[in-house]
Amino acid sequence: MTKTIQNPREVYGRTLVELGEANPNIVVLEADLGKSTMTCYFEQKFPKRFFEMGIGEANMTSFAGGLSLTGKVPFTNSFAVFAAGRAYDQIRMGICISSLNVKIVGSSAGLSDYGDGASHQTFDDVAIMRVLPHMTVLVPADANEVRKMAAYLAGSQGPAYLRISRNDMEDVTAPDTPFEIGKPVVLREGSDFAIFAMGAMVAKALEAAERLNREGISARVVNVSTLKPVDEAALLALGQGMKGLVTAEEHSLIGGLGSLLAFVFRGSGIPMDCIGITDEFGQSAQSYEELLHAYGLTAKHIAEAVLALSRVGHP
Amino acid sequence: MKQTRDLEELKRLAGVVRTHIVKMVGVGQKGHIGGSCSAADLVTALYFAKMRIDPLNPQWPDRDRFLLSKGHSGLVQYACLAELGFFPKTELARIKTLGAVLQGHPEVHRVPGVEATTGSLGQGISIACGMAAGLKLDGRSSRVYCILGDGELGEGQVWEAAHAASFYKLDNLVAILDSNGLMTNGPITQRYNTTPHDEKFRAFGWHVMEVNGHDMAAILEVLDAADGFPGKPKLILARTVKSKGISFAENRPEFHNGIMNADQFAQALRELEHQAVPA
Repeated sequence: MTKTIQNPREVYGRTLVELGEANPNIVVLEADLGKSTMTCYFEQKFPKRFFEMGIGEANMTSFAGGLSLTGKVPFTNSFAVFAAGRAYDQIRMGICISSLNVKIVGSSAGLSDYGDGASHQTFDDVAIMRVLPHMTVLVPADANEVRKMAAYLAGSQGPAYLRISRNDMEDVTAPDTPFEIGKPVVLREGSDFAIFAMGAMVAKALEAAERLNREGISARVVNVSTLKPVDEAALLALGQGMKGLVTAEEHSLIGGLGSLLAFVFRGSGIPMDCIGITDEFGQSAQSYEELLHAYGLTAKHIAEAVLALSRVGHP
Repeated sequence: MKQTRDLEELKRLAGVVRTHIVKMVGVGQKGHIGGSCSAADLVTALYFAKMRIDPLNPQWPDRDRFLLSKGHSGLVQYACLAELGFFPKTELARIKTLGAVLQGHPEVHRVPGVEATTGSLGQGISIACGMAAGLKLDGRSSRVYCILGDGELGEGQVWEAAHAASFYKLDNLVAILDSNGLMTNGPITQRYNTTPHDEKFRAFGWHVMEVNGHDMAAILEVLDAADGFPGKPKLILARTVKSKGISFAENRPEFHNGIMNADQFAQALRELEHQAVPA
């Protein structure tokens, strides 16, 4: 079977145009990165509904709040580090306290901006968005999910954060299956262990499951693309009865998917390990894959974590 | 309560608003007396004379909008909204109690008539800009009025918003600078000097006007003048006195978020009852 590769930014930019055609209230705000976030397509198509806000993410975010209070559906765009980090207080006070209908899109998230180093690499964004009451947090596993999530956000009410990678992603979901908010989705069945992954690590988890299968270990792979709101019962059901659980995320181990699952499974007694970024900053590299490897975010690392759990109690 | 252009009535209403402010602060509890009273004449003029609003229909799409970027002065807005009938006056006595509608800082969707959540300084003016842009997109003639504090001008976001307002030609936006000259711990010119405010806003592309922020006739005049000047956002630089109308608190930084004892509380109410606040 051939792999389908798509660029999530490209798909996001095209999707915004489609959404803008269907809903005249959709407006797009950009902080001088439109050719990276790909809001340039929306600008071309709907110049009056596109707001270049200059390099001023704080003002962009509050401005979007004001637009939403007149009935518009604003999408704010920047690199994740600025969209979520620099504008944190604007998101917290002006938008989340009163649950304004603003969609914050953090692009070039995780390690995907591999060349730019620690200042631009974002793996605290899910943590700081997840901690905000009223916030929805979405981490697409592929470009198909980007398209579906953007459409979902355009039709939903309330603040939301959508995390988008800079790099091409392999399709791991089907283009036509519906996106259901909050629902973890099994992408590969397995009976011994469960791997819960988000974002780019979902593809790595599927690869890990294939490796494990060759060693006689059956691993279920779950795509957790809604980090908030969480369907705890659904997550528990997917881990229940397993010999062990592994989480995998391109994010800090503090406040991301691993933290979430450790909380959800806190009373289960099921052995668990978490693959993610330890308490450190990023750095420049020559390629995305090189950086993922350096930070231990590969299929091999996931498979080894599962194998280590399989040896628990069997020295 | 109906709106009016009668100057004597507006002055009386400003006294009523200040009395509500003092009562909301009460005895022995901290409250933002200073900035609420310095803005009282300006906010009274907006709510009771200038703005197109309908207390019975707070969501009327063609209403003018009022935003308090200096959200800590929420008392003055609450007083006006209650007096106009946006919500029962009984809510004023419940302010800052557990579960109350009226929080320490204003919250939209919680308080009828409040248009934006503010409190973290610098954000309200950006929200006002976005609102003004949204109203323009819809072709509405509504105006957006936004009160800024002078201490607030230390927030860089104010100047980001100032750029955006002139770049997008938000001539339906009128910002009013409550220039009482005091920040929490003393005079702005000594503690952290952000002046000259008029020249800075002009340089950012705004039309700037000045007014004595306690002269009701002059306030109405400048608000009407601010309807003009197409293509530019307007800034009204209002010279005000912190805690205006309460003699022992006027111009005293400790009443920014001050506490009144029982004697002070009684004196404040007496002063507001027995004399019109002079301009």
